[in-house]
Amino acid sequence: MAATDAAPLSPRELARFAWGQLTSMRTALALLFALAVAAIPGSLGPNVLPQRPNNPVLVREWIANHPQFGPLFDRVGLFDVYASPWFASIYLLLLVSMVGCLVPRIGVYFRAVRAMPAGVPRRIDRLEEHASGTSTLTTTEAIDAGEKWLLARRYRVRRQGNELSGEIGYLRELGNLIFHVSIFGVLAGVAVSTLFGFKGSVIVTEGSAFSNVLSQYDDFTAGGAFSGDLTPFTLWVDKFDVSFERGNVQHGAARVFLVHGRVADATSTPQQTTVEVNHPVIEDGTMVNLIGHGYAPVVTVTDAAGHVAYSGPVTFLPQDGNFTSLGVIKAPDARPQRLAFDAVFVPSQSSQAGVGPVSTFPDLDNPMLWGTVYSGPPKAETGTPENVYSLDKTGLTQVMDGAAPASFRLAPGASYALPDGSTLRFDSVKRWVKLQVSSTPGLPITFGSIAVAVLGLMLSLFVKPRRVFARISDADGAGLRVETGGLDRAASRTGLAETVLGLAAALGTTDAVGVRQDEGSPAASASSRVAGTDDEETA
Amino acid sequence: MTGLAYYSSLAMVTSVVVYLLAFAAHGAEWAAARRVDAAGAPETGAPDAADARVASFGRVGLALTTVAVALHVGGVVLRGLAAGRAPWGNMYEFVTTTLAIVGVGYLAAALSGRLRWLGLPVTWLLLMGQGLAVTVLYVAVSPLVPALHSVWFVIHIIAAATSGAMFNVGGLASVLYLVKTRAERRGTPRGYLARLPEPVALDRIAYRVTAFAFPLWTFTIAAGSIWAEFAWGRYWGWDPKETWSLVTWVVYAAYLHARATQGWKGRKAAWLGVLGVVAFWWNFVGINLLVAGLHSYAGI
Repeated sequence: MAATDAAPLSPRELARFAWGQLTSMRTALALLFALAVAAIPGSLGPNVLPQRPNNPVLVREWIANHPQFGPLFDRVGLFDVYASPWFASIYLLLLVSMVGCLVPRIGVYFRAVRAMPAGVPRRIDRLEEHASGTSTLTTTEAIDAGEKWLLARRYRVRRQGNELSGEIGYLRELGNLIFHVSIFGVLAGVAVSTLFGFKGSVIVTEGSAFSNVLSQYDDFTAGGAFSGDLTPFTLWVDKFDVSFERGNVQHGAARVFLVHGRVADATSTPQQTTVEVNHPVIEDGTMVNLIGHGYAPVVTVTDAAGHVAYSGPVTFLPQDGNFTSLGVIKAPDARPQRLAFDAVFVPSQSSQAGVGPVSTFPDLDNPMLWGTVYSGPPKAETGTPENVYSLDKTGLTQVMDGAAPASFRLAPGASYALPDGSTLRFDSVKRWVKLQVSSTPGLPITFGSIAVAVLGLMLSLFVKPRRVFARISDADGAGLRVETGGLDRAASRTGLAETVLGLAAALGTTDAVGVRQDEGSPAASASSRVAGTDDEETA
Repeated sequence: MTGLAYYSSLAMVTSVVVYLLAFAAHGAEWAAARRVDAAGAPETGAPDAADARVASFGRVGLALTTVAVALHVGGVVLRGLAAGRAPWGNMYEFVTTTLAIVGVGYLAAALSGRLRWLGLPVTWLLLMGQGLAVTVLYVAVSPLVPALHSVWFVIHIIAAATSGAMFNVGGLASVLYLVKTRAERRGTPRGYLARLPEPVALDRIAYRVTAFAFPLWTFTIAAGSIWAEFAWGRYWGWDPKETWSLVTWVVYAAYLHARATQGWKGRKAAWLGVLGVVAFWWNFVGINLLVAGLHSYAGI
């Protein structure tokens, strides 16, 4: 710190300096770049760096497998990059920088729109492109003609004595401002969706229904400002049509997912409806999407006393593309011992000899239910909810068949008898669908803003602002001396020379010669003009 | 393979061969131009004859490119007819469609006398892309998975293909800009490089094409987002494909800003333009093949 050399900045000066730096284009560029780079860690896929919102299980495994880095990565937010403080800090800085850049520009723009075009510069021949010649008209005639020529080309014109200036392309900056302001609209929509919306999901087996009340959801998250009012409706899932590709090309790929159902709101009678992947059911702002499916073997457990301890479908969760599925059949009411079955369901059991539960196709070609058995003394009902997909083995012992664990392999209709006389019957298979129910109230704001943003963007990229100037002075004896010039305010436009010469011609010259003012050598400017006219007109 | 699919593949493979010939012709054009400019015309005499040779190689290249693009477009159309749907349902189809747009766009400009100097790089791009498509990415015609049964399948992907095609052309112009400015810093460019437009014009072409593609790319992402809302029940989920389309967007946004910023315009901005194309291709090839995500439904 060379504190002795210069007076230290006062806090006010420092703040002003920091603000100036933050709102500079260089900083904006650096922040844009930082945003692009910061988005990368979360995009590498679940195999490299899983993200908690998408793959919570894989994140847990990752941390367990990397005891050194896992907790560290977790602490710095690498498993939820897009919600991490450092990612947020980049886009928040970017937005602040944008506001700082935008607010003064909005003021400047509205002053410029109200103001007349700038006056003619003292030295027209210093402009990017200029021309001069002599005119046979009178000054008034020439200025009139020039003004008419500019107005016909939709220039805004300022006329001052023997001088004329014109400006066109005000919409460019307007589009630019609209685009950047719309970004805030997009974010406002996202904020509304996040605060007032909700999202939940539920698994519904064929033949049953979902009513939109909180207790029916398997999982549910809502924004902080969510009112808690769920649109009352009921959706019956009567039948789920599925088909998979049986040809050689893309064998096993999904071809049809179609829910046949009925839907009714609080007052109406049920109406036939369908739910498909791209065709959700929408009930008064609440959307029901089909987002997954699987199998639910229907089983009957009869205990040693001959009483039915459980009967019905059990949801199994698919583990691979061919729907090898895991599930647990629980019969806590079986007596004298409660029973549980740790099971694997396979829709198309491999016919290969000696293989275990392996599915070769996602459809029900050769369904098979495999499993092992647990039993234990009855447990007191506590009312505590338990995971229906995993088996808590406390208080249970594995049922043995001699030295090996008792196990079963059942086709539909078959039964398995336990050593104590209780049975498990595999009755049939139903399908289940996973429905997502959500409300995203900010969506119209978001997409409306994007539409406006794209329009603004197009104006800001395609409108080409230009300024032109003309001055008429007395030439010695031979009529009037006409000088015209122009400059483009967007660096990608061509045809300025034509405009400058055109204006000169409108002012009555026949001998005007154009000159281009370039930073480079005259030769370079000449050849660039050739390239410009030769290769340009793409836009 | 049924008739239409067979003829589609035949047209695609033939187009690769013809692109190779066109690329060779433009290579010969470049080599001939190098000799003309290096030798110093007056001593060797007959500069007009040598110049004419350069020009005739160029014309042969353009003629061959025309044939190849016709075959290529025919292949894409037949593929769509064979599948009975828009021909962009998997990587093979997306690459061939995107490159067909590049080919048609370049030809439209070149046949009216503009952008001819892009002949060598464009035929290189088409040769490489089509070559990879027919050898590595090829898959037989098949129906779509239910996730793609949507009107957005047509809108979202044609917008992606068109903006992708333009990003590629803009990227080529940016590369040429970088090569030419580098050559100029080391002395007077010769041969093919001398025949390229001035750096200012190269930069302008790159900018114009990109400026046209950028709003379309914005629309592509928005259309994909609307589709995602209907198909997956969320409009944005930081899926790898979504994230990389945003990264690509941000890089191009940086490019557009950089071109207007002192200290960034010129070579640094051109590098950003190249980086944008790299991000686009990574999003397409890398994310589809290496990273598991919601967009990987079609194998390749």
